[in-house]
Amino acid sequence: MSHDKPNDQVEDKLYGLLAEYESPGALIEAANEVRKAGYTKFDCHSPFPVHGIDPAMGIKPTILPVIVWAAGIAGLGLAILMQTWMNNWTYPWNIGGKPLFSLPMQIPIAFEVTVLLAAFATFFGMWGLNKLPQLWHPLFGNDRFVEKAMCHGFFVAIEAEDPKFDDEATKATLQEAGATAIEEVRYKTSKKHRALPNGVIAFMVMSVCLALVPFAYIAKKRASKSDKPHIHVVPNMDFQAKAKPQAASNMFPDGRASRVPVEGSVARGELKADDHFYRGITGGEWATEFPKEIALSAETMERGQNRFDIYCAPCHGLNGAGAGMINQRAEAVGATATGWVAPSNIGQESFAKQPHGQLFNTVGHGIRSMPGYGSQIREADRWAIVFYLRALQRSAHSTIDDVPAGDKPAIR
Amino acid sequence: MSSAETSTEALEAREYFKGISDSVCGIVEAERAPRIWYPAFAAALCVAGVLVVSLYILLTVGTGIWGNNNSEAWAWPIVNFVFWVGIGHAGTLISAVLFLMRQKWRTSINRAAEAMTIFAVICAGLFPVIHTGRPWLAYWLLPIPNDMAIWPQFRSPLAWDVFAVSTYMTVSILFWFMGLVPDFATLRDRTKSNVKHTIYGILALGWRGSARQWHRYERAYLIMAALATPLVFSVHSVVSFDFAVGQLPGWHTTIFPPYFVAGAIFSGFAMVLTLLVPARAIFNMKHIITDQHVENMCKVILATGSMVGFAYGTEFFIAWYSGNAYEGFTFLNRAFGPFAWAYWTMITCNVLVPQFFWFKKIRTSPFIIVGLCILVNVGMWFERFVIIVTSLTRSFMPGSWHYFSPTMFDASIFIGSFGLFFTLFLLFLRFMPMIAMFEVKGASPHAHAGVKHH
Ligand code: HEC
Repeated sequence: MSHDKPNDQVEDKLYGLLAEYESPGALIEAANEVRKAGYTKFDCHSPFPVHGIDPAMGIKPTILPVIVWAAGIAGLGLAILMQTWMNNWTYPWNIGGKPLFSLPMQIPIAFEVTVLLAAFATFFGMWGLNKLPQLWHPLFGNDRFVEKAMCHGFFVAIEAEDPKFDDEATKATLQEAGATAIEEVRYKTSKKHRALPNGVIAFMVMSVCLALVPFAYIAKKRASKSDKPHIHVVPNMDFQAKAKPQAASNMFPDGRASRVPVEGSVARGELKADDHFYRGITGGEWATEFPKEIALSAETMERGQNRFDIYCAPCHGLNGAGAGMINQRAEAVGATATGWVAPSNIGQESFAKQPHGQLFNTVGHGIRSMPGYGSQIREADRWAIVFYLRALQRSAHSTIDDVPAGDKPAIR
Repeated sequence: MSSAETSTEALEAREYFKGISDSVCGIVEAERAPRIWYPAFAAALCVAGVLVVSLYILLTVGTGIWGNNNSEAWAWPIVNFVFWVGIGHAGTLISAVLFLMRQKWRTSINRAAEAMTIFAVICAGLFPVIHTGRPWLAYWLLPIPNDMAIWPQFRSPLAWDVFAVSTYMTVSILFWFMGLVPDFATLRDRTKSNVKHTIYGILALGWRGSARQWHRYERAYLIMAALATPLVFSVHSVVSFDFAVGQLPGWHTTIFPPYFVAGAIFSGFAMVLTLLVPARAIFNMKHIITDQHVENMCKVILATGSMVGFAYGTEFFIAWYSGNAYEGFTFLNRAFGPFAWAYWTMITCNVLVPQFFWFKKIRTSPFIIVGLCILVNVGMWFERFVIIVTSLTRSFMPGSWHYFSPTMFDASIFIGSFGLFFTLFLLFLRFMPMIAMFEVKGASPHAHAGVKHH
C-alpha cells in the first residue's frame, strides 16, 4: 500500500459515490431502490433519524437490548453479592438484632446498581456497536456532506468496496432513485491526512504525563525515609490548641500545661498514708515483710505470675533470666553495640538479698534504664509480682532435688 | 403526489431544518452573547464567589459556623440537599418520562431541562458532602476497601442515598451527553475555526448521521429513557426513605415516597419555567419553545401542586386517624407551633399559588408565570424545612426541644449554591446547543416530507 512507502506518497483513492436526495421520503425510496439493486455496502445519512428507513435499507434489529439486559442482570447479582459479602460475611453487622441477611433491605441498592450497569451497557454498547469514536472518515472530506448532512441534507453513500459497485451503473441507479446531486468521494491514503492534529496529540501526551506526576511523587515519598513528620494534606484534628500533660503552655503564669493540686489538698482516694503498703517502707527502711493486706497464698502467687508474664516477661523473659523477646530483638539488631542495657537477671544473688520493699519500689518506679510500672499496676498487684519474684529467685538456684518425685521423669 | 408538489414540500422541510440549526447554533456561534447575558453571568459568578468563600470558612473553621445544634443536626444542609435533588427531577422527567409517553413537545425543552438536572444534582451533592464535616473523607461513603476493614452499613437509607444519587448523576450525564453528540456533530460541521472544529469534533466522536448508527442510537435512547424513568422515581423515593425509615413523628410515614416524587416534579417544572421563560425571550427561541409548551408545563405544575396539597391533607388526616399521640402533636405543632409561619408559607406557595394556573390568561403571561414559579420553589424549600426542622426540634423528649435559628453561613452557602447553579446554566446556554436540534427536527411534521403513505 502506498502509505507504507518510505516517502509516504499520497494516493487519491475512491471511497464511493455520494448522492443527495431532497427529502426524508425521497431518501427512503432511494434506500429501497439501492437495496433492491443488490448493494450491501451502503449507508444513508440524515440530520435526524428518518423513520421507516430501517426496512428500506434492510437493517436488522440491533442486539443492544440483549447486552443491556445481561448487564442489568449482572448488576443485580453483583449488588446482592456485594451487600451480602460486605455486611454478612466479611463484616457481619448486627443492626438492632435484625437478621444479618434479608433481601428487602437490599432492594434499593440492588435496583440502583442494576440501572447503573444497564445504563453503562447502553451507552458504551451503543458507541461500541456503532464503531465510534471514529474521528476520521472519508465522507468528512466531502464539502457537500459536511455542509448539509448534519443540518438539512439527505444522502446515500455506496462504497467502492461493494462487490456490485461499478462507477457508471451505480451512478445510474442513484440517479434513477431521484438523486438531486451525485459526487464521487475520494480520500488521500496518506496516514498523515487521517492523523489527529499535532497539537491535540501533544496536549494528550502532556496531560497523561502531568497526570502521572502526583503518583510518581507519592511513590517516591513512600520509598524514601525522612526524619521530618508526615505531610498532612488535611490536618484533621492532629494539631489542636490544647494542653498536653508535661508540656509547656503560655496559658498559665507558671508556664506549665498541667495544673498542680492546691497546696495541702489531697484528691479523694489519693491519700496513701500507709507507707508499708504504698511505698514498701517501714520505719524508714525497706520493708522486709509483706504488708498485712497481701495474703501469701497460692492465689496471690498465680496473680503475681500472671502480671509478671504480662508486664515483665517481654524484657526479663518468662523465667526472669533476662532473655525476653525485646532483649532478643535488641541483640539481633545489634543494639548492644550502641549502648543497649540488657534487663537484669532477676535470679541473681544480689537481688535475692534485696528486701521486699526495695523490689516493690523497683516495680513501681523503675531503676536506671528500666521504666516504672506504677501507673499500670496497682499496689496489690505489685506486691503479688514481688511475691512471684521470690519464687523465680528460688527456682534459679534450685536443684533436681527440689522437683517432686512424681514429676522427675517429665523433666529428666 | 406530483413531483412539483413534492419538491415544494421538500423545500419547505429543508428550509425548516436549516432554520432550526441556524437559530440554535447561532447562539453558540455568535461573537457576543445577548447583552443581558453579561451582567447576569457576572452576578452569578459573584454569588458563586460567596459560595467559595463560605465553603473556605466552613472547611477551615468547621460545621460549628452553622445553626445546627444537638437536636437539630440536619437543618439547612439537608433541606438544601433535598431541595436541589427535587429540582433536578424535572429534567429527567421531561427527557425520559415524556419521551416514553411520546409527548413530542418535550423536544424543545429537554436539553435545557437535562442540563438543569445535572447542575441541580451537582448543587445537591455538595450539601451532604459538606454536612459530613470532613468532606475530604467523603469517600468513606463508598464501598471501597479500607484500613479498618469496615464496609458501609447497607441497612441505612443514607447508604441507599449514596447509591441512588450517584447513579442518578451518572445516568443523567450519560443520557445528556448521548443526546448532545449529534448536535455537536452539527456544530462541528458548521464551524470555521480550527480549534472549535477539533473540540466539537472530539465531542461529536465522529458522528456522521448514518442510518445504521441512528438505528442503534434510537434504540439506545429508548432504553436509556426506559432506565431513567424508574430511576427518577426511585431517587426521590430513596431520598424520602432518609426520613421515612427513621422513627421520628412526622417522618415515619409510608406516604413519603410518592409525595416526595410529586413534590420533586412540581418544584423541578417550576425551575424549568423560571429558567426557560426568560431564556426563550432573550435568545429568540419562541418559535421552538412555543407558548403551548409553556402552557403544558404550567398544567404539570398545577397537577403536581394539587397532588402535593392532597398529600399534606392526607398526612394531617392520618396523624389524627392513627390515634398516635406523638404524630398528632407533631402536626398540630407544625401548623400552630413556633414554626407555624414556615408551615403556612409552605401551604400558601405550594397549594394555593399553583391554583392560579387554572386560568389560561395566567398560563400565557410570562411575568406572572415566572413570579408564581419562584413562589412555588420558595414553598418547596419550606416544605423540606418544615419536615426536617419542626420534627427534629420537637421530638419525643421535651427536654431536648430547641428553637432553630440559622446563621449567616447557612444562608450564604444556600444562596451561593444558586450562584453555582446559574453560573453553570449560563455557561451552558452560551456554549452548548440549548435545544436538541435533531430531536426537534425529527419530531416536526416536516420529518415526514415526501414520505409516501401506502
Ligand atoms: C522495658 C524492659 C523492662 C521491663 C518491661 C521490665 N524491666 Fe526490669 N529491668 C530492665 C532493665 C533494662 C534493667 C536493668 C537496669 C539497669 O541496670 O540500668 C532491669 C532491672 C530490673 C531489676 C533489678 C533492679 C536492680 O536493683 O538493679 C529488677 C528487680 C527488675 N528489673 C524487675 C522487673 C519487674 C518485676 C518487672 C515487671 C513489673 C520488670 N522488671 C519489667 C528492663 C525491664
